[in-house]
Amino acid sequence: MRPPSPSIPEKEFLFSTLEKSLRLDGRGLIEMRPLELTFGEELGHVDCTLGKTRVLAQVDAKMVRPLPERPFEGIISVHSEISPMASPEYESTGRPSDEEVALSRMLDKVIRRSDAVDREALCILAGQRVWHLRLTIHCLSDAGNLLDCACMAGMVALRHFRRPDVEVIGDEVTVHPPSSRAPVPLSLHHTPFSLTFALFAPSSSHTNISSQTAPITLLDPSLLEQRLASGTLSLALNAQRELCVVHKAGGVPLTPEEVLSAVNIAVQKAKELEKMVDARVREDWAMKKIEVR
Amino acid sequence: MSSRIEILNDGGFRSDGRRQYELREMTFDMAEQAGADGSASVAHGLTQVRVSVFGPREAKMRSQTIHDRANINVEVGIAPFSTGDRRKRSKGDKRILEFASTIKSTFEPVIQTALYPRSQIDIFVHVLQQDGGVLQACINATTLALANAGVPLLDFVCAVTGGVHAAAPMLDLTTLEENDLPHVTVAVMPRTGRVTLVSMETRLHVDRFEEILRLAGQAGGVIHKEMRAVVRERTKGLVDAMGAGVRTSDFAEDAMVADS
Repeated sequence: MRPPSPSIPEKEFLFSTLEKSLRLDGRGLIEMRPLELTFGEELGHVDCTLGKTRVLAQVDAKMVRPLPERPFEGIISVHSEISPMASPEYESTGRPSDEEVALSRMLDKVIRRSDAVDREALCILAGQRVWHLRLTIHCLSDAGNLLDCACMAGMVALRHFRRPDVEVIGDEVTVHPPSSRAPVPLSLHHTPFSLTFALFAPSSSHTNISSQTAPITLLDPSLLEQRLASGTLSLALNAQRELCVVHKAGGVPLTPEEVLSAVNIAVQKAKELEKMVDARVREDWAMKKIEVR
Repeated sequence: MSSRIEILNDGGFRSDGRRQYELREMTFDMAEQAGADGSASVAHGLTQVRVSVFGPREAKMRSQTIHDRANINVEVGIAPFSTGDRRKRSKGDKRILEFASTIKSTFEPVIQTALYPRSQIDIFVHVLQQDGGVLQACINATTLALANAGVPLLDFVCAVTGGVHAAAPMLDLTTLEENDLPHVTVAVMPRTGRVTLVSMETRLHVDRFEEILRLAGQAGGVIHKEMRAVVRERTKGLVDAMGAGVRTSDFAEDAMVADS
């Protein structure tokens, strides 16, 4: 059973505060909730929290035979599932819900289609052996903007992960366990970050979509904001100012200028996120180093 | 193989002989499909899509009714023979589900759903041939099919794809070009010039994106002119047909007067 949609007073209160550029949790309009990354004991195990939204990502690698049509490339598969654990909103029925489809497609686009991981570097022996990376995303709690949190968790898990070093002599493949040789990080082309904006039609006319005033744009919507928003704009981009995914379907129509200003905000945020993620991954790796004498 | 074909040659021509900003030949056909309340087929070059609209009608499942507006249901079928590699896609394919939900959410705010509480509008999209710009063709066809069905819309939705080849923006890409270039699909509402849909899945620099977004906005206006002409012609045909009916009865009266 889905919980009832936000009540009318709740809705009106949110709209009236947005008029004054205030958000219910005290953030600025383009301010994200604090992002926290907790790394597990194992490599490639990341717990990512964005406010109260929490996603766990885990990477593991195994050796497989490559696909016959791509003998020089490793395989990456992303598994994600939204269980009723994340929020009572989600039911565990057979058919994937719209949110689930959107999440798995976004992860696919951000992680696989944008070529974040160098797949050819995952090849061990052409046509014989390649690495198969399996990224599993567990959505633990949804307090809004699950999409960005999941993409962040997935990308950071890939940055954090290190595969065992392998040595190839002729046709002989030797895998060195982490105890004898330091595991090697994956070769990543870039790190895309997903950023979602919630759009609110300007007051007076929540229904009239052809009004001339600019809509209100919020970065990183909370659950209530997300549910009341009249449309979202999801962008995925890296710190090198390259957009990887733009997805805006329906909702409030925007002028090209409004789209571009959202893109510019996202560019700034992506740079900040990149810096922070980089620092956190380095810090964790430094802690994991064991000096061998 | 495609890498050997020049996307844009030194003379400024593309692989199919078009210029950078030239659109492919568009065919908009609003001929009625028996059974459907409205239908349209749209072709952009070799890409061909047919959309049938049923409704507003009573929802098949009562659980799907919404008390204050119409529910929109979009189903997309991609013919296995529509691409070069004949592949059967199952109905539960996530890409197709996302495609359908993109079309649904694009049209939800455009259709005046509040006029039809507790009813359902079914939109069935059939992709018959794919040669780039499938989303663009589907959106244009859905707009026309809805107009043909007499569903009240706030505005047209006109979509177009744009891509960038070595800093040179191009419009209306074919499959060959889509495979090699980053591309964006943009849908505009011509009355306000605002964009309602932007969809991109390939890597593109922010500055290039800006350029292509503006260009696609203008191209949407051109497509709108074509679409509007087709809708006007169709409506004119219908009005003439109604007038013709009246005229025959007038003639009959005249004849009776003459007889007496």
